[in-house]
Amino acid sequence: MSTAVDLRDPSTFPSRRVEAWKYTDLARVLRETPPPSPTVETAPGGPFAALGGEEIAFANGRAVGADAFVASGEQTLRLRFVSDATGTGHSASVRIAVKPGAKLTLLESHEGAGAGYVASYRIDLDIPAGAEVTRVVLIDEPADAISVSVAHVKTVPGAVYRQTTITSGARLQRQETHLAHGGEGTEVTLDGLYALSGERHTDLTSVVRHGGLNGVTSQLTKGVVRDTARGVFQGKIVVERGADGTDARMGHHALILGERAEVDAKPELEIYADDVQCAHGNTVGNLDESALFYMQQRGIPADEARALLTQAFLIEVVDRIAHDGEREVVREWLTARL
Amino acid sequence: MLKINNLHVSVGDKPILKGLTLDVPAGEVHAIMGPNGAGKSTLGYALSGRPGYEATEGAVDWRGESLLDLEPAERAAKGVFLSFQYPIEIPGVPALTFVRTALNAQKRARGEEEVSAPAFLKQVKAASAALKMDFDMLKRPLNVGFSGGEKKRMEILQMALLEPSLLILDETDSGLDIDALRIVSEGVNALRSPDRAMLVITHYQRLLDYIKPDRVHVLAAGRIVASGGPELAHQLEAEGYDKYLPQAA
Repeated sequence: MSTAVDLRDPSTFPSRRVEAWKYTDLARVLRETPPPSPTVETAPGGPFAALGGEEIAFANGRAVGADAFVASGEQTLRLRFVSDATGTGHSASVRIAVKPGAKLTLLESHEGAGAGYVASYRIDLDIPAGAEVTRVVLIDEPADAISVSVAHVKTVPGAVYRQTTITSGARLQRQETHLAHGGEGTEVTLDGLYALSGERHTDLTSVVRHGGLNGVTSQLTKGVVRDTARGVFQGKIVVERGADGTDARMGHHALILGERAEVDAKPELEIYADDVQCAHGNTVGNLDESALFYMQQRGIPADEARALLTQAFLIEVVDRIAHDGEREVVREWLTARL
Repeated sequence: MLKINNLHVSVGDKPILKGLTLDVPAGEVHAIMGPNGAGKSTLGYALSGRPGYEATEGAVDWRGESLLDLEPAERAAKGVFLSFQYPIEIPGVPALTFVRTALNAQKRARGEEEVSAPAFLKQVKAASAALKMDFDMLKRPLNVGFSGGEKKRMEILQMALLEPSLLILDETDSGLDIDALRIVSEGVNALRSPDRAMLVITHYQRLLDYIKPDRVHVLAAGRIVASGGPELAHQLEAEGYDKYLPQAA
């Protein structure tokens, strides 16, 4: 499922004929290498600025300062991918290492300005025993941008990793997470939330590979699509031979609020071990008409009632974010978009 | 105060109300009784504007204004309140948030000033205590996991806070034990006032021992077929609805 997209080489742009890209046809919207994006400046900040911490920023793919980070102790890192480009392309990769026992809050923002740019990012994250990483990814891009972002996360026994991705989509957008699960004592939470309107498209794809005993994974993705937007969820959990006692749960639930909007979900469990507990649930529906009428009967206008019900549906994912600060930033961002 | 004239309402292609005429003067409580399938709930939905309940003929005049062209939320802001037979669960929206959102939406629609959070809390605390409700319950998502009795109390609490002027109670007694029925009825009776009109829709006479009506109407086959004083309810309880059913006519 991991296809490395190299913007310099159009032959690496997958089309829907590649199974893993069936719903996200990159080759259809991107045929040639885009001209390179110009150098731009960016001031420190971003959506998580109020939460403090260190900052690593990439502006149109170029590192503003350091392009790698080693976390020790208790730290907050704001990882910013800033795009300010029109019709051009850029890419960046960053490696984040975590020392044993460290607690890292990784606040990642994809901040897009301009139009029609193409961005490609890769993040490598290694989490050793006794370390804890909470990663919150907030993606806010123009409606006509194209972006692909791939994270490779490696956990060993005794590591904790929590991830929540929140996005409003783009012309074609994909967030991939590949996670090597350490097993014993390792707890992984992998959540996602999408709220799409217009012609936006997002694709949240993940592969969690359980390689050790007694690993725990909990995955919850919720989304709402309006107009002609399209949401894609592909979640795969692999339990390898010998990874007995694995407990993995995956849920994806979406609301379709536009007659021509679409959601494609592909949950997959591949189990080669014994005595495992694995489950996946997937639902796609509409807002409850009787709830809508009930709210209107009490005086809440139809649009406000819809927004309130939609937010109530999505908020479960936001509520799972452990820290108050990030949760509030995400909640406000979401409320402003419903 | 409420004047319904020759109201015809269809659900889908099926006519349910077939020429219903009814006047409820200010300050009065009128009971609507009738057999199952007579159109009692349809009347409540038609007055409150539920989508799918289409008025094909007739008029509903509420304080000199036609209700039928208004959206459900606009009717609510004009004082129409329907207490549901089966109150809806709203997962993810705490009861307190829900009621304050509704109250402020109504106030905005009427051009009134919104109520502040502390003032609202004070009102809720007083109102919930009067209904013997656990205040902490109001922090939970509206009606989710509430018992039948708790849901009905929640309806009455909303009534007390939203202060509607037309109260339509649809089978409010269903699912209530005798203690809950008494508490709920006291809540409703506390709202009786010279500038309010109430429609109490019920299959059984029992509720009317607690909420005493000024007038009782029998709704059968989509029309009011008989009207009288409170004694009519007792007569119905004793004799049943048989003589009002179409085959008996």
